[in-house]
Amino acid sequence: MSESKEMKTAENREMQARTEPDVFLRPAVDIYEDDKGITLLADLPGVSRDRLDVQVDGNTLAIEGEAAIDTPANMEALYADVGATRFRRSFTLSNELEMDRISAELKDGVLTLHLPKRAELQPRKIEISAG
Amino acid sequence: MLGYLSGFDNDIFDQFERMRRQMDRLFGDWSGATGIRAMAAGSFPAINVGASPEQVDVYVFAPGIAPDSLDISLQQNLLSISGERKVELPENVQLYRRERFNGSFHRTITLPEDVDPDRVNASYRDGVLHITVQRREEVRPRRIEVS
Repeated sequence: MSESKEMKTAENREMQARTEPDVFLRPAVDIYEDDKGITLLADLPGVSRDRLDVQVDGNTLAIEGEAAIDTPANMEALYADVGATRFRRSFTLSNELEMDRISAELKDGVLTLHLPKRAELQPRKIEISAG
Repeated sequence: MLGYLSGFDNDIFDQFERMRRQMDRLFGDWSGATGIRAMAAGSFPAINVGASPEQVDVYVFAPGIAPDSLDISLQQNLLSISGERKVELPENVQLYRRERFNGSFHRTITLPEDVDPDRVNASYRDGVLHITVQRREEVRPRRIEVS
């Protein structure tokens, strides 16, 4: 009996997957640049560090996160501004950014990315040694 | 990495999504009345409300806020949330995008009438403010035994 119940659930999930494709939310971002590089801030409410994925593939920066909130088992939706749990957004980077030195911090659902420019492309102070 | 779900049940969000689509359809095709306190889609912060027989759960998606700067009050079944998010970007930078909400906000939500304002709990984690309000006992659905 439990086997038929399992099959039914799998069937339901498959049907759901076909009728409701994955919906991704596009997180709001602030992006600015100064001499050192580019800083990106993204709103990812409900996403903790273990559910955040920041990847650089070639010249593409991809941010993906999954929000997790505590919901009682028998809760029913009454009102919803937010209809999906997954965030995704990508950006094309340029060559003067040093991909290996991208740093990320996540606090209270806000992701801060620092994308430094290559050292040789930053304004450099030239040291004058004593002759 | 995102293939796992570690026990998090996505069914409730499928429900939310279905509800959202329904509401979209309603707002698009019908010039009927909307909630008098309802705000435009995309307002900050976004809010979800769910209910079970014992309690009502309100989720306020407000990343980057100091929780003690929020003003939350519940009068009968009217929940009000006010606060401010100051986004301070450095000066002398080249700004490419500024999409994140910056400023003060105020949202009012009408909850089911049987919520008990004396039994409210609020917590803030990962940018989500989670408010739980217990429902009054006498209005819970009663199971009817057939003799």
